[in-house]
Amino acid sequence: MKSSRRRFMKLAGIAALGLGAQPAIKAIAPAAGNGPQTQFSQGPNVLTARQWAMVIDTRRFKTTEDLEPMIEACHKLHNVPHFEEKNHEIKWIWETHFHNAFPDSANRFISEEAEHRPYLVLCNHCQNPPCVRACPTKATFKRDSDGVVMMDMHRCIGCRFCMAACPYGSRSFNFVEPLKGLVEKEINLKYPRRMKGVVEKCTFCVERLAEGQMPACVEASGGAIVFGDLEDPESEVRQVLRENFTIRRKQSLGTEPCVYYIV
Amino acid sequence: MLELALKGSKSYWTWVVALLGVIGVGFLLYLGQLQIGLGITGMSRDVSWGFYIANFTYLVGVAAGGVMVVLPYYLHDYKAYGKVTILGEFLAIAALIMCLLFIIVDLGQPMRGLNVLLYPTTNSVLFYDALVLNGYLLINLVVGWNVLEAERNGVHYQKWLKPIIYLSIPFAVSIHTVTAFLYSGLPGRGFWLTAILAPRFLSSAFAAGPALLVLLCLFIRKTTKFDPGKEQIQSLGLTVAYAICINVFFFLCEIFVAFYSQIPEHMDHIKYLFVGLHGHNALVPFMWTSMGLMVIGIILTVNPITRKNETTLAVACALIIAGTWIDKGLGMISGGFVPNPLHEVNEYAPTLPEIGITVGVYAIGALVLTILYKMAVSVKEEVHG
Repeated sequence: MKSSRRRFMKLAGIAALGLGAQPAIKAIAPAAGNGPQTQFSQGPNVLTARQWAMVIDTRRFKTTEDLEPMIEACHKLHNVPHFEEKNHEIKWIWETHFHNAFPDSANRFISEEAEHRPYLVLCNHCQNPPCVRACPTKATFKRDSDGVVMMDMHRCIGCRFCMAACPYGSRSFNFVEPLKGLVEKEINLKYPRRMKGVVEKCTFCVERLAEGQMPACVEASGGAIVFGDLEDPESEVRQVLRENFTIRRKQSLGTEPCVYYIV
Repeated sequence: MLELALKGSKSYWTWVVALLGVIGVGFLLYLGQLQIGLGITGMSRDVSWGFYIANFTYLVGVAAGGVMVVLPYYLHDYKAYGKVTILGEFLAIAALIMCLLFIIVDLGQPMRGLNVLLYPTTNSVLFYDALVLNGYLLINLVVGWNVLEAERNGVHYQKWLKPIIYLSIPFAVSIHTVTAFLYSGLPGRGFWLTAILAPRFLSSAFAAGPALLVLLCLFIRKTTKFDPGKEQIQSLGLTVAYAICINVFFFLCEIFVAFYSQIPEHMDHIKYLFVGLHGHNALVPFMWTSMGLMVIGIILTVNPITRKNETTLAVACALIIAGTWIDKGLGMISGGFVPNPLHEVNEYAPTLPEIGITVGVYAIGALVLTILYKMAVSVKEEVHG
């Protein structure tokens, strides 16, 4: 008798606890339809595509100075910090040699002119991105609407699995407080800074696309970089791809990069 | 049973206090890392995993190695191991706690760690790794504790434990397989992109884990009234002998594939580790030392004369632990990141604070192991003594 009463009290207690906790659980648990499917209203000028892609005409860039405006435009706009300490380096778009950008297609004897050109490298926004596959929290994800590989800076736990997974070295980690690498007066208040301990990379300027502007590097390139919808046969990107022979970085890995190079 | 760990000699308490001191220093350094960021380590955007993840990988192996006493006892009814299974299980617990701590200290945003469970991502290997590591930890806690308690009370352990004990065997294999899959499924990392990575991890685990157990058994015999047994130590030594041979064999398979196929992406990392690449050769002496240690380990454990002599067996086990630690702890992770995806060579070396935090984590593991072993040995002394 006694034991059954105790058992009843116990059950009643657990039930009360459950009922009491329900609002709290509701508040924490994502409501149905509150997942990645959520639709945000779009601005009137928004640029849309099924898969954004970029074609870089490397013939138009002869020297390091030719690339500087694009790198600077990107890094300034996105508050990408600059550190003297090489280990803390953060970069979204940068310059490299042909044999570094295309290690598997660097012949011993190639056109001298092509070999000495500087090459721009950035996130390839792969159609089959290994970083997205690796991320344990979906903090990096491929946006369904336009194929941009994005980062949720507030969800990233800083495990850096995506950095190991990226075959292009496109990702950087905030090893220290990023503010330390920024000049206070030059901070762009329209774009959020990051915090230490998270991974960041190029976003194809989603914030600009939403307002009807081309990515910063495209705008700064004076027409040498073309940007558009890979899935639209009428897009400028597709037209350029039809008319020029292009290569992509480490194509054999099956990642389907969306940045093309005219060499 | 925990009260058994509260009664100890002066040297026991000196050891515990010393460990607490080391843990304290490590913890302070970790607070510094929380404040400043992972910038206090030697990692960079090119070598984005370093000492922490390397030691994590090694200790997953030590944890998995415990199964080498559990399996013969429970599956093959090898009675002699009845005395030492608890040592294997408790070693696994300590190793797993260190593994989880190494993951936490490696996170850039540790307070968000639970996001892995809040947003379960079934395509990420890390998600599965979190599951199997915690699962194996839980299994060993439940099994180890209950079996020891039953022994203390002079009764047979509970029936419901049996299926969990059997489950622990595939779990042990899974923790190191899944950990290897963290690396071996990444395109563009030629050093890890090999199907033999998981088998290699397992073979080195089954050498390192039992080798550590041999040393621990010898230590326990020397310092307590409980003797884990000559036969047990010999059987463990034989396991070590087989596993270290297989480990080196797997490594040679790797070398063959890379250097006969001559695919640069697979060769370059091995070249970096063993002869240096473009003038960078920080790891070369370590890797050759590792190979040397493992080869001497093979000679000493395979040769019955040196294996049956407990002194030389102990030396062999120490060499094998050191050799496999260098191989996995220094070579395996750095080697995969150098050269980087753009074929640039940026080397990595851990910094002093990074080493301090690592030592702190090891001290926590040693403390857990000390307490658990103290309990286990006290029970054994009670029952058999």
